[in-house]
Amino acid sequence: MPSFSPEDWAAIRLTLELAATTTALLLVLCTPLAWWLARTRSRWRGPVGAVVALPLVLPPTVIGFYLLVTMGPNGPIGHLTTALGLGRLPFTFPGLVVGSLVYSLPFAVQPLQRAFESLGPRALEAAATLGAGPLDRFFTVALPLARPGFVTAAVLSFAHTVGEFGVVLMLGGNIPGVTRVVSVQIYDHVEAMEYTQAHWLAGGMVVFSFLVLMALHWLQPREPRP
Amino acid sequence: MIEARIGIERPGFTLDVDLHLPGHGVSALFGPSGCGKTTCLRALAGLERSARGRVAVNGEVWQDEGVWRPTHRRALGYVFQEASLFPHLNVRRNIEYGLSRVPPARRRVPLEQAVELLGLAALMERRPATLSGGERQRVAIARALAASPALLLLDEPLAALDAPRKAEVLPYLERLQRTLDIPMVYVSHSADEVARLAQHLVLLRAGRVVATGATQALMARLDLQDLFTAQGDAAASVVSAVVERHDAADCLATARFPGGQLHFVSAQAPAPGQAVRLRVQARDVSLALTFQSGTSILNAVSAHVTALREDGPGQVLVALDAAGTPLLARVTQRSAQALALAPGLPVFAQIKSVALLD
Repeated sequence: MPSFSPEDWAAIRLTLELAATTTALLLVLCTPLAWWLARTRSRWRGPVGAVVALPLVLPPTVIGFYLLVTMGPNGPIGHLTTALGLGRLPFTFPGLVVGSLVYSLPFAVQPLQRAFESLGPRALEAAATLGAGPLDRFFTVALPLARPGFVTAAVLSFAHTVGEFGVVLMLGGNIPGVTRVVSVQIYDHVEAMEYTQAHWLAGGMVVFSFLVLMALHWLQPREPRP
Repeated sequence: MIEARIGIERPGFTLDVDLHLPGHGVSALFGPSGCGKTTCLRALAGLERSARGRVAVNGEVWQDEGVWRPTHRRALGYVFQEASLFPHLNVRRNIEYGLSRVPPARRRVPLEQAVELLGLAALMERRPATLSGGERQRVAIARALAASPALLLLDEPLAALDAPRKAEVLPYLERLQRTLDIPMVYVSHSADEVARLAQHLVLLRAGRVVATGATQALMARLDLQDLFTAQGDAAASVVSAVVERHDAADCLATARFPGGQLHFVSAQAPAPGQAVRLRVQARDVSLALTFQSGTSILNAVSAHVTALREDGPGQVLVALDAAGTPLLARVTQRSAQALALAPGLPVFAQIKSVALLD
């Protein structure tokens, strides 16, 4: 029975590592951003919200291109990382992580923002009248009540990062074990006319994506909120 | 003593009040919807950031020029119209939420007392989603109490409940004010609730104070009747009295107030010496110039007329003074003319029915 080659396995492992790292970072970074977007009355809310949503509509090649330029030797981020002794990010795993953060940003921010918006002011006001300060209220009331939003954000970010192709190709090239993720590996198989192996990986992606969406359905609480 | 001078300006609405409320007992903010009573309460709690003015509770300044104590640093309890329990915590942890944030030295209401006062012992492990509306509101009250407030603010806690649930929660509120010495500010648009619960009353209309004073005195004022009866409540007066005796044979209790004696039917036996509040509806009071014998009406109180006011077609509302206790009577215009009712005239108020409020 044909199965995954060592290169395939390396690509799968790398993909999962990339998705897990990206998801973890996104949840941490996007929580304050989503909180701000959900509650601010600033006039910057609209523009910031639009920037967050940009990766939804831009071709991944555009995102990849600009990231490549800014992180390259003559780009501002490239200068910064070189000055900090981190070297350059393109064609490295950290570079892929940065690209994925941008690419999957709206998939983390928007569910969180919706969850925070649906809280309404009342639960937090009640917590304030019971002596809870702002951070206390956030951790003991807002976060637990927004849990479904976190589940959705995590699952979507993970799945979306797994399905990334264009940004990786622009930014990470195709280095086995370093930047060659599953989607690129499938591309390589097809280019080499290795349709059987392409089938195995592509079919795996279909099953994985289906399971993720089912999980999302089952994980959502059905108990109506009072 | 609770002082609050509050100004809020919003498009189409201005709140401008100067309140001086007693430091104990229940004060009610009463008025029609949109009069600003809830906004007033929220400003006391620090939930209205745009409120200008001064708030001081028993000498502690919560807000003043250059002083703003955020809500979580004000020692208050707040009961919202909808219970607003934390859905992710069970009843016990809801109640403990405020309690655990009060330093042990400042705790005044132990968890057990809050639970006992609101009758929640059997519900402690339940989730809010599984409770009835009345139960939720009781948990919300217990939760506010357990935070050991110096001031308890209640924003129409019964308004979202149907009549049976109201009847379920009201006795707990009455018990509360008898048991604990925590001043309460109670927002309501129900004259009934106000008569039962509040000793002090502030009447609001369109963001301003119309009148303020003892509930008993204000509720009997003819010029304020349109406010009290706007929600369909009948014109009525409240009498403070002390129970003298209760006759188990015919369930009749007798209570004394400065103007004399009042008899009322009460299935539960009030103890002699107990202070009670009685409600006398204006339509249950008829007037006579001489003492009437041979009538089924048990109560006849000597009083004098203080004021008259037309009350709908053919009816007159008469304000009476019975040795300092205000009473209201509703009679027909024809009777008022026949008896030549005028301020100062001594009359006998015959009271057909008296209701025990607490």
